[in-house]
Amino acid sequence: MLDLQGYGWMLLEGLQVTIMVGLCSLALAICLGILGAGAKLSGSRLLRAAANLYTTVIRGIPELLLILLIFYGTPTLIQNLAGDLGYDLRIDFNPFLAGVMTLGFIYGAFATEVFRGAFQSIPKGQIEAAQACGMNRSLVFRRIILPQVWRFALPGLGNVWMVLIKATALISVIQLEELMRTASIAMGATRLPFTFFFIASLLYLAITLASVLIQQRLEAWANRGIRRA
Amino acid sequence: MNLQLVVESLPQLLGGLSLTLQITVISVFLGLVVAVPSALMRLSLNPFLRWPAHAYIFYFRGTPLLVQLFLIYYGGGQFREELEALGLWTYFREAYFCAVLTLTLNTGAYTAEILRGSIQAVPHGEVEAARACGMSGWLLFRRIVLPKAFRLALPAYSNEVIFLFQATSLVSIITLLDLTGVARSIVARTFAVYEIYIAAGLIYLACSYGILYIFKRVEKRLMAHLRPEERRQAQKATDPAQENLPV
Repeated sequence: MLDLQGYGWMLLEGLQVTIMVGLCSLALAICLGILGAGAKLSGSRLLRAAANLYTTVIRGIPELLLILLIFYGTPTLIQNLAGDLGYDLRIDFNPFLAGVMTLGFIYGAFATEVFRGAFQSIPKGQIEAAQACGMNRSLVFRRIILPQVWRFALPGLGNVWMVLIKATALISVIQLEELMRTASIAMGATRLPFTFFFIASLLYLAITLASVLIQQRLEAWANRGIRRA
Repeated sequence: MNLQLVVESLPQLLGGLSLTLQITVISVFLGLVVAVPSALMRLSLNPFLRWPAHAYIFYFRGTPLLVQLFLIYYGGGQFREELEALGLWTYFREAYFCAVLTLTLNTGAYTAEILRGSIQAVPHGEVEAARACGMSGWLLFRRIVLPKAFRLALPAYSNEVIFLFQATSLVSIITLLDLTGVARSIVARTFAVYEIYIAAGLIYLACSYGILYIFKRVEKRLMAHLRPEERRQAQKATDPAQENLPV
């Protein structure tokens, strides 16, 4: 039988961290996506331009480079700014927080496009009807748009999630002890690289499989009350 | 911002870019060579052909590229004796070979899935018409199904190529000096974190749009017969990075 030399539990702990980073990043990405989509569809030219710049730049640059840039660049930037103002500031990013912020920021750009499409899919008549009933903008958003938007956004968000969970492996370059990093540590100690990376890859496959099943359930939930042809 | 440094390190960064582009082009080409038979096997009615292709595509699409890269680059070492016996160890020792192999297998799986979709989307009428003309088997595939499928696959395929181009940045983790690798080494030397990374990012951005532009030209040529005259004039450039998701 396979001998993991006591590193099996470590891999499972890494798996936990991977899932946590993934879920937190997804939550951040969804928030940024809704904001970004709102900006893209807003009347203000400035907001539209800012959102377009965000999605264009983020999606044109490799994730790894963005992770390096945000993880190593942000503290330097803040320290330099503080230095200019005469403060001596030392910042050490918590790798978990940095990972979540970086991935959330990157995939927020992808989520923006998903939500833009989803917001545009909501029938105009419903919004007009709500306005005719006297609802103001925030009420329309909360009562009419938000409950329905998931139906159109879920397939796209599922794609974003699949890419995001695989991108969490890149966070290992900033020393966060997620699945990939624990596999590397185990490899260093046991000299069984193939074994550990193969097990890690199977764990990622398990996440993918579970995600597909959960996505189906969620889509069924979001589509409740929709008549099937 | 230290612009002087950016200008000074530009030649080095462009040297890294040439390796990035080289790896991209080789992997795109070899990936296509892997993808066509995989897609055909995946659609085959014979389970002994279908299931291996299915497993290959599922595995490479379901796991992170970094794991695949480590599996081949570091994992190869675990089978050193076997590989030496086969005379393959000299290849698996090279980071360059491992990078190209991994990226080829990875993009091959994604491309196979794109091709499978587009082969299935070839209209039944065209296949029936070809059969009525007496074509069958390989001739039918070569003359009717594959040309049509390639056209249908083009928009999704352009996304996959962009994704692969960006994914080559991972080879910097296994010591290759591609654009990201060069940027990392300059940063390690000068501590000019954001200047260099932003410069590298802008180079990636420009190249991504360059690739999209090439695909748009190709698409225009291949799809010219499908576009009505008035629409051809009014065709507005759609947001190029619209669907830049590799799934």
